Amino acid sequence: MTAVVLDVAGVGKRYASYRSSLHRFATWCGASIAPTSVYWAARDVSFQLRAGEALALIGQNGAGKSTLLKLITGTILPTTGALHHAGSISAILELGLGFNPEFTGRENIYQAGGLLGHARGLLDRLMPEIEAFAEIGEFFDRPLRTYSSGMQARLAFALATAVRPDILIVDEVLSVGDSYFQHKSFARIRKFKEDGTSILLVSHSMGDVRALCERVILLDKGRVLKDGKPDEVVDYYNALTAAKEQSNLAVEQSREDGGWLRTRSGTLEVVMDRLELVDPNSGQKIATAQVDQPLDLVASVTVNQDVPRLVLGLLLRDRTGHVVWGTNTWHTKQSLDHPKAGERIDFVFKFQCTLGPGSYAVSYGLVSSESIHENTFEWHDNALVFDVLNTHLPFFVGTTRLPGEIVIRR
Amino acid sequence: MLETAFAVWKFRTFILASIRGELKGRFARSSLGAMWFILNPLAQAAIFALVLSEVMGAKLPGTTDKAAYPVYLMSGMAAWGLFSEIINRSVNVFIEFAPTLKKIAFPRICLPIIVGGGALLNHALLLCAMAVVFAFYGHFPGTSWLAIPLGMVLISAMAFGLGILLGVFNVFVRDVGQVLSVVLQIWFWLTPVVYPLNVVPANLSWMLAFNPMVPLVQLYQGALLHDQWPPVTSLIFPVVLGLLLVALGLLVFRRASPELVDVL
Repeated sequence: MTAVVLDVAGVGKRYASYRSSLHRFATWCGASIAPTSVYWAARDVSFQLRAGEALALIGQNGAGKSTLLKLITGTILPTTGALHHAGSISAILELGLGFNPEFTGRENIYQAGGLLGHARGLLDRLMPEIEAFAEIGEFFDRPLRTYSSGMQARLAFALATAVRPDILIVDEVLSVGDSYFQHKSFARIRKFKEDGTSILLVSHSMGDVRALCERVILLDKGRVLKDGKPDEVVDYYNALTAAKEQSNLAVEQSREDGGWLRTRSGTLEVVMDRLELVDPNSGQKIATAQVDQPLDLVASVTVNQDVPRLVLGLLLRDRTGHVVWGTNTWHTKQSLDHPKAGERIDFVFKFQCTLGPGSYAVSYGLVSSESIHENTFEWHDNALVFDVLNTHLPFFVGTTRLPGEIVIRR
Repeated sequence: MLETAFAVWKFRTFILASIRGELKGRFARSSLGAMWFILNPLAQAAIFALVLSEVMGAKLPGTTDKAAYPVYLMSGMAAWGLFSEIINRSVNVFIEFAPTLKKIAFPRICLPIIVGGGALLNHALLLCAMAVVFAFYGHFPGTSWLAIPLGMVLISAMAFGLGILLGVFNVFVRDVGQVLSVVLQIWFWLTPVVYPLNVVPANLSWMLAFNPMVPLVQLYQGALLHDQWPPVTSLIFPVVLGLLLVALGLLVFRRASPELVDVL
């Protein structure tokens, strides 16, 4: 066990509103006036970070991730509890802070670098390395206002990581710039970790989380919901998100009597009870798949009323909403005629997961013909979300794994 | 107090670079660049001189020198300009830097220091420009110009203390900034910058006694126009008030600091 570099003990952050600002001013002078409303952005958060450990904070928007990072960085102070850290902290909560648009890249390194507490002499020594890492060429000596946003991000990241800290805090900034620079910045963070830096990462990309961190904390409404290994916590998180999506569906369905949502959500003559991704080898439900893994997409359907015909349509989208694949049982000549009320039908889509690493969502439609516009029994967008990881195969980008190999002749 | 000073020292690179940035931002991409340092105050003084002395027939009593009024005006304007610039910028500086304050841990006291430093540097350049302009009028710097740095220190101390105080309050109650612009205008006309002190009616002169800017503006006017040193007794009030305001400003800043970022 390595030494503890960051100790977060029972930390809470309360945001208070007062009836009048005068009341707030009075509290500075020692008066005890109760605020009219309070909001706890973080509550009773405790964990320890050890040297060389990489920890990810995940959770939905508003779960308190950024608040916690600000508390650890020190820009806001905790209302309760205490934070202790051993060694230097470097926080990249936003890139490009402290930059002056009229300054050149080089001049901005002095200003923004000074904002990080670096002295001029140190910045002089770091300058060649920063310039080399940013790779913005002659723009380095041009005013910042002429930069593209990607170039600004490159300069900012090069500066923010110019010195290896003992603790590195990163908030959602790995997705800046082009993919070449993303990989380069990722590699630098990985190198820091190898050299003994502890890393605290906030990300919505479960791929990044799994690739870098050996521990994940799930936050919800300001509290720690789960703390453990990435597989365990990420799957729990995905299940939680799915549950919330299901409850949204219930809300939509409950508004059925109101009328206007009826056409969108379907007639409910046939409904989906269960949609799961299953590992055919173990029979276990999974939320994360490997590239090339064989998978079963299991859809269990209940027929509520007699219908003339039943067709199941499936659609797979990537994170940006692009359709990766889609078909239905009419096209595969498997439409079912005259299913009876009360009947339960299982559809199993067996496939090889030839998808690229990333996050994917399954939408389905239960309809009576090849067209979704007539007799839609149920339609549900992004009903199931799962991640695909590439841990065994050589690195590749894109949403499709093309089977093939590179042959070299010389 | 000592750790604040130490923190400021540690962030000196940032402070110096930011002051340079303030200056650069002001004149970047204007073809005349730093020339505007001379042109702006010159134009302002010319307008006031034209309107007040030529059109309205205002004259400085006890002098026949045609240049006396513009010199008097520019001296007072320079002193007032330093004061109002520091206050006007300090009152908004925490709001202006909100994103940085929220995301980067650095000593917040750096911000008013940058504002003060930028304004002082501006002011020094303005004085150099004025020396050139005065030379054309036949007014050459005398030994009493050495009193000016003292005036600069006293004006900035008052403005710095008041600026931090109002800057902190402005974060919580944004009306402060709005009210301030009106108050500063009234304050300007209650200070003998445009008009000479002796035109103030006797029944109103008590108001001038409560205005700490009066002796400071007079210090500038005396030194630059008449080559006179300020009477020491006149400076007691500004010194005491300046010290008080700096102490109060820093105290409130310290108390408010934990909550400052919470409401930004």
